[in-house]
Parts: sequence; C-alpha cells; structure tokens
Amino acid sequence: MLGRTLREVSAALKQGQVTPTELCKNCLSLIKKTKYLNAYITVSEEVALKQAEESEKRYKQGQSLGDLDGIPVAVKDNFSTTGIETTCASNMLKGYVPPYNATVVQKLLDQGALLMGKTNLDEFAMGSGSTDGVFGPVRNPWTYSKQYRERSRQDAGDDSHWLITGGSSGGSAAAVAAFTCFAALGSDTGGSTRNPAAHCGIVGFKPSYGLVSRHGLIPLVNSMDVPGILTRCVDDTAIVLGTLAGHDPKDSTTVRNPAQPASVPGGMDVSRLCIGIPKEYLVPELSSEVRSLWSQAADLFESEGAKVIEVSLPHTCYSIVCYHVLCTSEVASNMARFDGLQYGHRSGVDVSTEAMYAATRQEGFNDVVRGRILSGNFFLLKENYENYFVKAQKVRRLIVKDFVDVFESGVDVLLTPTTLTEAVPYLEFIKEDNRTRSAQDDIFTQAVNMAGLPAVSVPVALSNQGLPIGLQLIGRAFCDQQLLTVAKWFEKQVQFPVIQLQGLMDDGSLVLENGKLTSASLTQR
Amino acid sequence: QTGPTSNWARRQSSVAQPSLHTAQKPRKGEHKWAAVVGLEIHAQISSNSKLFSGAQVCFAAPPNSLVSYFDASLPGTLPVLNRRCVEAAVMTGLALNCHINKKSLFDRKHYFYSDLPAGYQITQQRLPIAANGHLTYCIYLGKKPSQVTTKTVRIKQIQLEQDSGKSLHDDLRSQTLIDLNRAGIGLLEVVLEPDLCCGEEAALAVRELQLILQALGTSQANMAEGQLRVDANISVHHPGEPLGVRTEVKNLNSLRFLAKAIDYEIQRQITELENGGEILNETRSFDYKLGCTMPMRDKEGKQDYRFMPEPNLPPLVLYDDTSLPRGADSQQVINIDQLRDMLPELPSATRERLVQQYGMLPEHSFALLNEVGLLEFFQNVIKETRTEPKKVTNWVLNTFLCYLKQQNLAVSESPVTPSALAELLNLLDRKAISSSAAKQVFEELWKGEGKTAAQIVSEQQLELMQDQEALEKLCQTTIDGHPQVVMDVKKRNPKAINKLIGLVRKASHSRADPALIKKILERKLSL
Repeated sequence: MLGRTLREVSAALKQGQVTPTELCKNCLSLIKKTKYLNAYITVSEEVALKQAEESEKRYKQGQSLGDLDGIPVAVKDNFSTTGIETTCASNMLKGYVPPYNATVVQKLLDQGALLMGKTNLDEFAMGSGSTDGVFGPVRNPWTYSKQYRERSRQDAGDDSHWLITGGSSGGSAAAVAAFTCFAALGSDTGGSTRNPAAHCGIVGFKPSYGLVSRHGLIPLVNSMDVPGILTRCVDDTAIVLGTLAGHDPKDSTTVRNPAQPASVPGGMDVSRLCIGIPKEYLVPELSSEVRSLWSQAADLFESEGAKVIEVSLPHTCYSIVCYHVLCTSEVASNMARFDGLQYGHRSGVDVSTEAMYAATRQEGFNDVVRGRILSGNFFLLKENYENYFVKAQKVRRLIVKDFVDVFESGVDVLLTPTTLTEAVPYLEFIKEDNRTRSAQDDIFTQAVNMAGLPAVSVPVALSNQGLPIGLQLIGRAFCDQQLLTVAKWFEKQVQFPVIQLQGLMDDGSLVLENGKLTSASLTQR
Repeated sequence: QTGPTSNWARRQSSVAQPSLHTAQKPRKGEHKWAAVVGLEIHAQISSNSKLFSGAQVCFAAPPNSLVSYFDASLPGTLPVLNRRCVEAAVMTGLALNCHINKKSLFDRKHYFYSDLPAGYQITQQRLPIAANGHLTYCIYLGKKPSQVTTKTVRIKQIQLEQDSGKSLHDDLRSQTLIDLNRAGIGLLEVVLEPDLCCGEEAALAVRELQLILQALGTSQANMAEGQLRVDANISVHHPGEPLGVRTEVKNLNSLRFLAKAIDYEIQRQITELENGGEILNETRSFDYKLGCTMPMRDKEGKQDYRFMPEPNLPPLVLYDDTSLPRGADSQQVINIDQLRDMLPELPSATRERLVQQYGMLPEHSFALLNEVGLLEFFQNVIKETRTEPKKVTNWVLNTFLCYLKQQNLAVSESPVTPSALAELLNLLDRKAISSSAAKQVFEELWKGEGKTAAQIVSEQQLELMQDQEALEKLCQTTIDGHPQVVMDVKKRNPKAINKLIGLVRKASHSRADPALIKKILERKLSL
C-alpha cells in the first residue's frame, strides 16, 4: 500500500481496503526502518496516531473530509506547527515549540491529513545539499536502491559513498522517495523544493508567488519564498495544491482569486502547446547526460506536435549574483529577530544585553547563516545600498521582464534542466563550500523565484549510474494548473522507474504493486 | 534646509525661563545667533488594534497582556495592515494640508534593542503616506493676549510606523524588564521642517497639532500617557551663514519640557560655540529635574539603520473618486475623497466661527478650545440661555474654569452641568438675582448637592428685593445711621455715594439692586 500514490491510497481508504491507522502505523514503521536516511528531525508519532484514529472515525461514519483524509504527510521543519518543535535545523531554535500552525499545515490538518513529522533541511533552509543542518546531513534513498547499486557497482555493505539529496528540502524529498509519507511540504526560495526532488526522483513543485500562504513558514527570503510540494506524481501535487492554494488574510502577499481546481485533466492536446527552450540554460557545466535528456524531452514534445522553439532569457547570467545580494540582504533582516530574548537559544553570557546578543547569535547560527547575515548587512549599509541592493533589484526587474517577454511571445511553458548533474556523493559535495554549491545548484531554479513563476521538476530518467534526473517546466504566473497539466502529460510519456529500495523490498515492508520498473522511454544515447 | 530663522538675540520666549536668555546676552551688534528647530512628533493612533496585528490597544493594561504572536516577532508571522490606522493617517494628512500619496511603501529600519523584538521597525522611509503640508499656529507677540499673530510651519511628511515596546531598567539587579503591550501600536510620525526658532514656538505648534489630532479623533495625543512624543532637532548659526551642526533631543513628553529643553539646548550650543567649543551631532535627553540636556549613552556611535523595503507588505494604494475602480469592494479600498468629506471642523475654523458667531475675542476662542470639553460645555450653556454670549464666555472662562483649575478637575468631572449654569444665568438675566448673589449660587451649585439654582436662591433668600417700600425704608435707616458719610456725599466726595450704596446692599444681604439703591439715595439726599 505504501508504494501507491496519494490518489490511489486515497481511493483505497474510501473503499475501506485500508484504514488510516494501518496506513499511519506502516509509515511510522518505515520511518524507523529508514532512520539512517536522517530525513526526519522530529517524528510526531503520537500526534499522527491520534489524527489517524480521528480520521478512522470519520471514515466509519462516512464523513471523510476529502482526498487527504487519513493520508500521511510530512512537513519541512521550517513550518510552524502547534505543539511540535520547529527547529529550522538550527541550534537557535532547538526546543522552540510554536504556539500556532502555519496556514499550509493547518489546511492539511483541516483536510484530515496525518502529520508524520518534521523533516530535515539545511540550517534555516540555507543550502542546496541538506548537509548543513545541526542534525546532520540527509542521505539520498537512491544510495540504497537496486538500480544505483547495480549500475555503479557499489558494494551493498559499503555506503561510504552515500549520496546527498540536494536541498534544502532534502528531508522532505527523502521522506517521499522512501515511501514514508505520500506528500511532503518543502519550501522553495531558490530551488529548494525542485532541486532535491530532481535528485530523489520525485515531483517537486514551486507554486506561483502569492498563490499559497507563507504565514508560519519561517522565512529565508520573503519576496521569493513559497511553500513547495513534493509527491511521487503530478496528480498528487495537484491534489495537495488544491488544498493549499488561496488567499490567506494572514499573508498580505497572497492574491485574491479563485482557488485552483484540485485536479488536472488527464488528456491534453500537446499540439497546441508552444514549448520554449532557453538557450542561456545550456551552460558548459551541464552534464552531458542531463543535456541529452533535455534535448530528448524537447524532441518528445515536438514529436507529439508541440511547437518547440529556442528562446532567450538574456539576463540569466546575472541572476545568480543578484539572487545572492537580495537573498543575503533579506536574510540579514529576517535573522535579526533571533536575539535570544523572546524565544529560542539564549547564551549564558550576561555581561550586557549586547554581549548576550552577540554570544547567542554566535552559538545559535552556523557559519553559513552567519556568513549570509554578514554579507546581507554589508549590502544594506547606507553607503552600499544603491550599488548593491538597488542595482540587484533593477536586474531582478529585467529578469522578470525576460520571462514576461518570452511568455508574451506565445510560449506556454519553458523546458529546462533542474540541476547540472545527478546527485553526488556527500564526500564529493563537501569539497566545495555552501556558497559555491548553492551558486552551482540554484543556477536553473532561482531565476524562477526572482520572477515569482510556477515551476515543477519532473523525474525523467535514470543516469548511467542509475540515479534520477529531473527536468524543469516553468509556467506563466498563476497558470499553475496549466503547468501541472503539461507536467502530467510529460510524466506519463517518460515513465520514470520506481525506486527499488533493496532492504525494504526484501523484508516485505514495501510491496510495489504498480512498479513501473522496466524501461524508461527516454534512454541514454 | 531653508527655514526662516528669526533672530534669537532679539526674541524673548514667554515659556522659557528668562534667566537663560540674560545669561549670555550678546554684546550689541556682534555675534547674533539664530536658532533652527525642527520637530519629529510621534502620535499614537487611536485604534482598537495595533498597526499590523489584531492585538488590542489599551493604556495601562497588565504588562505583556496585549501581545500577539506577530508583536512578539515569532518566526513565520506576517504583518497585516490595519485599515483604521491608514484612515487615521489620511485624515491627519488632509487636516495638515498634505499631499496624500496614492501609493506609499513600507520599509524596515534595523537596530538591535530589547524592546524591538523583530530587530527592525516597519516604517515608511522612502515613500510616506502624506507629504508637503503645513500647520498654522498662533503666537502671542507681547504681554497682552490680544496681540496674536499666526505662523506657519511646513510639514515634510507623515509616515505610518510601529511603536516599540517598553524597557524598564533595574540598575540595582542589572536587569531589564520588557513590556510588549506597546510594541506594534500604530504611530503617525509627523516630521516638521526646521521652521521654528525657539521653545515657545515649538510648544505652540505642537499644542495646535495636538488639538487637531484630538478634533480628528486620530490620536488621543495625551502627552502624559505617551500618546504624543516629540524629538527636537536643534542647531544655531549666524544668520546668513550655513546652518550649524544639530543635536537631537529625544523623548520630550510635556509641552513645558519641550520648550525648556529646546531653549536650554539653544543656549548651551551658543555658549559652547562662543567659548570656542564645537557642537557634536549627537542624541541628547532632557533631564527635567536638572532642567538640562545630556548626551544619551546608549545612542553613542553612528547608527546605520540598513533600511530595506518590507517584503511582506505590498504597496499601500489609495483611491479617490476619480481613480476608484468600478465595483470595488468598499471594505478593500480607501477613498481619500470620502475621508475628506468626513473631516470634522478643525480648531482654527472653530475659533473663527466663535469669533464671528458670538463676537468673542480671539484669545477667548483659544481658551475655550484649550481645555478638553470646554467648548462643548460652553455651547450647551448657550443653547439653554438667552444671556448674551459675551457674559456666558466670561462665566465659563472665569468662574467655571477657575473652579475646575482650583480642584484640578476635567470638564467632564464638573459638578455643575451646562443646564444648571444656564438656569443660573437666566436668573441673572431676568434680574431676579444680583451678580454677586449669582456667584454665591454658583458656589452652592459646585457643592453638587443636587439643588437647582432656583432652589438655592429661594432657600437662601437671594432674590433681588422688588419691594420698593422696604427698600426705601432700608435706605432711610442707612442714611440715618451714617451721618458722617451723608456729610461726605453732600460735600460732593464722589466715593462717598458708593460707600452708602454698599452699606445699603450689606443691610439687604446683597439682595438689593445697586442701581435702584443709587436712584433712591439720590432722590432722598436731593442730589
């Protein structure tokens, strides 16, 4: 049952083939068995079982709340959850238990979803590997897949070359990829949902800015943050989005317009689509495998009658630098509240209030966070503001305009890689510092955040090493539904294989009833 | 900064202590100093809830009892703008002749302080809600109150911003206690151009602003409760030369201290400069016990507030009748024209009306507006009496106000109602009682025993003697009893007749009409 998609298991719940409590217990047991992935910071076992019990009652009384009733979900540990510790993987917030639920969490709970736990991340979501949190790095479930073991000839006993998940929502991606829940919330500021989704072979969706409430999401960059959705298929993302989307009086940046429908149509006429291939995304660092899959995907659209054209987003090359300036500036501002006075860590140093602030922040934040605060404050200094912040904002305008121009020229959806390569081993990854890695890994994703557009990473095929590769589809602002419709069609064409988690299949924890294990329609040339 | 500056050496402030000015009187013809004063005024907006959160606004509530998650800056909380505060800002802007910006922006101003939980204040630095206005206030030229002239101070801008919490430092235990009840309350920061030149002008301008805010209902503007706080930027220079280095005197919480602090600081700067010293660009506080300003220790060092746009609030867009989108939800939009139509009468207009309608002296119109509720009291008395307005004004401003002041009462706490005073004035108007009897009646009314003026008059037999015969008798008895005075009268000593009248009145227990007595006496003494 755990191998099924959210939509399938939802149907099974409705038909009584499985109860919410069984489902919940199975997921909890799988969470324990996959503890080595370090996907969860907190497992909210008691809460989840209680929610399952209540859900079960509703099913018995024929009063199911909908598609999400009784469905186990996980939430990135930077969303506030009433009564459940919310740490942002930082010493600063260890032991912090919020008194309120983030709007998106509340919406999931209101629909009867079961909260399995809070997932791991880079400290305050600052990173692209899920390696820089105070609770340690997240391991990519594909490390332990039959596909990877066989193709890369890794010895099953030796996991010294375990792979990163990507990040910063790596915990959520690993949790979904390892079947410990059916959907997870991530956050996406520069690619933090799409990047780990691509590395973990699942769907990672970043909604349009303003479509989904940020209230309760502990911010990284307010003007770019969006709650992200991670699921095993596009349909499931659409269901979750249907629940989450909509104006929230508590978030003034959410738009007032009718909520998106909960599902996307199955059949679609691809021949009426115009797919844009941004030429600036063809960078030298792009691995030949990803490049080849990207090109095959374009051919696939074309062969089905879509118009595929090369387009230009001329300011792309400036994007990552501007992102860095704007991101660190907002980070410097957002992190100012962590002073040890109201909540979170407080240093024992009490010589003066200022000394206490300094020691608290020194002890509470890791080097990455402190480094970004430092550069952000530098950019915001009166003497630098015009030269850095204002300039970066102007370039941001140009980047937005690049996208607007392309979409106005008739392009419906842009097709790009999500990442430069497949997931790399942890030991490889940490050879470069967080800043370098973020700059490399956010290259295809952060411009979308600058422009507030919807984007989705869809798993496409396995690399030669047997690791997932995802491609990104970018849509027009607030055309999230159209984007997901295209993504669903694309997903159906590529037939991405299901992960074969050796240990779990061997002991019968996981029975893949619909395992599409055979061939991907996109193959390596 | 091109604010008109008047010559400090020539000016005398009636608010400030004269000793301050005489101490450093410049020698004739040289070193004339001019002072340049600008003010930043923070007025707490009168609203049920805070600027960006639903927490209640209430003075003197138990510490930390009115704090939302947002006010405590719990991570993940977001600001939601309070419509009432925006309306208050627009109304204040209109009343101060400002240009209302159809689009304004919010910014973050960063500094670490224990009563600022987020580490930044949300304010409007780049594009405030209102700008380029002016405030007209009146100033007395000489000793005589009738020599009133109007002056104008330009208003640079009005911005919406959050208040901070309150810190209480316990030096003994080296602790700081924090109360966040005030954190996040909406403030209007009114920035005045440096058009003022002394403490008195500053105090009068702020007083006028206070009356305007109270008339609008946009702020209670009670300085003692911290609803109106003033920072003053002060510099001195020689006229015709560039402006001097300025200092900022912070947190002035009464008009008297405002005037004193400014005048002290002006004099301090002059003395410093004349002794060859220099003025530092620094923040100072006013010690009201010592009557002097001192550098603020915790404001030492250069602050860089690292302003940044507030990313969680979209631009604030206002509409007018012409730009209002058709079919707009009135709950979602603010119409400037609609607010303009709702503006109440402003103090200057009220004064003008009083002068025109009742022939009142300008200074009396000021006095009536200077006390909360006094104008309303006056108008209610007027409604119920035919006594001429001038007399009513005198009664209200002299008798009534004196009693209030003596007992330190507000108009609303007065034991005498407008109706009771009106009844008393009607008795006086009908000549049923003498004016001195009326004062007696008023004193009785003030005791608040529930008796009407008529009851008091009849109980104490204070009505004027209408019985001609009895009055004649009383006059005769007085003439007979005081031959010496009568002699004086006959010697044409002008004061003597008044003495005789007084004696008759005394004999009548003040119930006799002096005019009538005079007539009888004159007849009897064949004058």
